Amino acid sequence: MMSDGFKAIWAVLTVLAVIVVLWYAACIPMNIKGVLTEQERAGAEVQPTSAKDRRDMSEFGLVLNNSFAIPATWEQDRPRLPAPHQVAIEIWETTVQKKITSKRSLIYHGWVTLSATMLGFVIGTGLGILLAVGIVHSRVMDLSVMPWAIVSQTIPIIALAPMIIVVLYSVGIQGIIPKAVISAYLSFFPVVVGMVKGLRSPDAMQLDLLRTYSASRSQGFWKLRLPASMPYLFTSLKIGIAASLVGAIVGELPTGAVAGLGARLLAGSYYGQTVQIWSALFAAAILAACLVGLLGLVERTVLKRMGMAQ
Amino acid sequence: MTNNSRQQTCIFEAAHLDLTFQTNDGPIHALKDVNLTVDKGEFVSFIGPSGCGKTTFLRCIAALETPTGGTLTVNGMTPDEARRNRAYGYVFQAAGLYPWRTIAKNIKLPLEIMGYSTAEQDERVRSVLELVDLEGFGGKFPWQLSGGMQQRASIARALAFDADILLMDEPFGALDEIVRDHLNEQLLALWARTEKTIGFVTHSIPEAVYLSTKIVVMSPRPGRITDVIDSPLPKERPLDIRDTPEFIEVAHRVREGLRAGHADDE
Repeated sequence: MMSDGFKAIWAVLTVLAVIVVLWYAACIPMNIKGVLTEQERAGAEVQPTSAKDRRDMSEFGLVLNNSFAIPATWEQDRPRLPAPHQVAIEIWETTVQKKITSKRSLIYHGWVTLSATMLGFVIGTGLGILLAVGIVHSRVMDLSVMPWAIVSQTIPIIALAPMIIVVLYSVGIQGIIPKAVISAYLSFFPVVVGMVKGLRSPDAMQLDLLRTYSASRSQGFWKLRLPASMPYLFTSLKIGIAASLVGAIVGELPTGAVAGLGARLLAGSYYGQTVQIWSALFAAAILAACLVGLLGLVERTVLKRMGMAQ
Repeated sequence: MTNNSRQQTCIFEAAHLDLTFQTNDGPIHALKDVNLTVDKGEFVSFIGPSGCGKTTFLRCIAALETPTGGTLTVNGMTPDEARRNRAYGYVFQAAGLYPWRTIAKNIKLPLEIMGYSTAEQDERVRSVLELVDLEGFGGKFPWQLSGGMQQRASIARALAFDADILLMDEPFGALDEIVRDHLNEQLLALWARTEKTIGFVTHSIPEAVYLSTKIVVMSPRPGRITDVIDSPLPKERPLDIRDTPEFIEVAHRVREGLRAGHADDE
C-alpha cells in the first residue's frame, strides 16, 4: 500500500509533468516562424519557401510542413516562449554559478526585492493592525476608515505606483523606501480586514462573561480579543506577504531601477530576453512560495504553543 | 431591627420589575410586574417555556440587562453596584472556555482581571478544581476535556473569586441526561459545602424540582411569574428522591403552573 505522503508527492509530480509537457508542446507553434527564418538563413529547405507565404500561413500548418524544425523550437536564443530547460539553465547559471555580488546574479536581484518586500510588509502589517484596533474600538473610525481602505484597493497599483515614486522623490525620498511604501500599500488591506474580523470574533457570551467580571476595555483586548484574532491574523499575513512582493516588484518597474526582480523583468523585455523574463518570474514565484511557507511554519508553531492547534 | 436582619438575609428583591425591549415590530414585554424575594443560601430555579423571561431576569440580576421599570436589589445594592463588587459568578449555557488557555489558566482569568496575587491565584485554582472534581486537569487544554468536564471547569471559573451568589443560565442544557444527572448531584453537594445562593435557569421540570428550595414558574407574553413554590423536600437529596410522592407532587404543581401560563395564550 502507498502511504499518504507518497501519494501526495505522486499527485504533485503528475501535475508538474503535465504542465511541462504542455509547455514544451506550446513552444512549437509559438517559436516555429522564427525558427524557420533562422533555418532558411542557415541553408535548410523550408516549406513554403517565401517568407511572405509563411507569414500568411498558420503556425500549425508550418509545423506540419516542417516537422524537422521542431527540436530547434526548444533551442532558440531569443524564443517567443522559452522551453522549460532553457529557463532552468538560466536560473541555474544566474544563481549557483554567479557570485551573489554580480549584477547578473538572480540572488542579488532577489535580495534587493526581498528587502523592500520585508520592509513594506512590516510597515503594512503594523499599519493594518493599528487600523483594525481603531476600527474595532471606535465607531467613528469604523465608519470613516473602512470605506477609504476599500477604495484604496480599487485603484490599479500600476497607475498609482509612479505617482507615489514621483511624489516621494520630490521630497527627497528614494531608494528602498518608495518601493516599501507601495508594498505596504498593498499588504495593509488584507491585514485590516482579517484583524477586524478576528478582533470581533468573540461572541456575545464571551463579552458578557468579561462584563460580569467588570473587566476594562484594555483587559478585554489583551485577554480575549487579541488572542482570539491570532488564526485570522496569520491567514491575513500569508495574503499580505504575497501582496507585498507584488508591490515591491511593481515599485521597481516605473523607476527604471537597475536592481531587483522588477528591474530584471523590465530589462528582459527591453532587450527581448524572454529567457531572462521567465527566470525572473520563476524567481519571484519561488520567493513568494518560500515566504508564505515560512509564515505557515510560524503559524503552526505559534498556534500550537497557544494550544489552538491540536 | 427586624428590618435590618431582613436586609441581611434577603439576596434578591424584585418589586414591580418591568423590562420592555423596543424592536422594529413594536415593544416586547420581556418582563412585566415581576415580584420576588430570595433569601440567602437558597437554591432558586427559574422554569418556563422559551420567551418567558427567565434568562432575562437572571441577566437583570447580573446587570447584563437594565430593567425599564420597578426596583431590583442584589445583596442590598443595585445590580450594577453588585456586579462591580463582584457579588456573583455567572455560568453560561456554553462553557465558553478560552481555547488558548489551559483549564487552570481559564480559571485564573477572573482572578487576573480582579488583580489577585499569583500565589493566591494558584491556591484558589487548586481549591476550586477540587470542588468540581477536576483535580489533575489544570494543565489540560479545553479540547482535551469532555463537554461535561468543560462545563464543570466553567463552574470552577465562576466559583474562583468566591462570590456569595452563583447565577447559572441553563448550564447543563447542552449535555446528555446521564451527565446532567451526575452534574446535578455534584452541584447540590457543592451548594451544601459552599452555602452560596444559587439562581438557576432551566427548562427541565425534574432538574428544577430536584435542585431547588424555591421554584419560580414563569410564562411568556408578557414574561411574568405565575407561581412560586417553596419546596418541601429535605436538603439531603439522593438521586432516587425523584421517585418519592413528595417529589412527584411538587413536579405536578410545577407542571400545572406551566400549563396555566400557557392557557392564557390560546
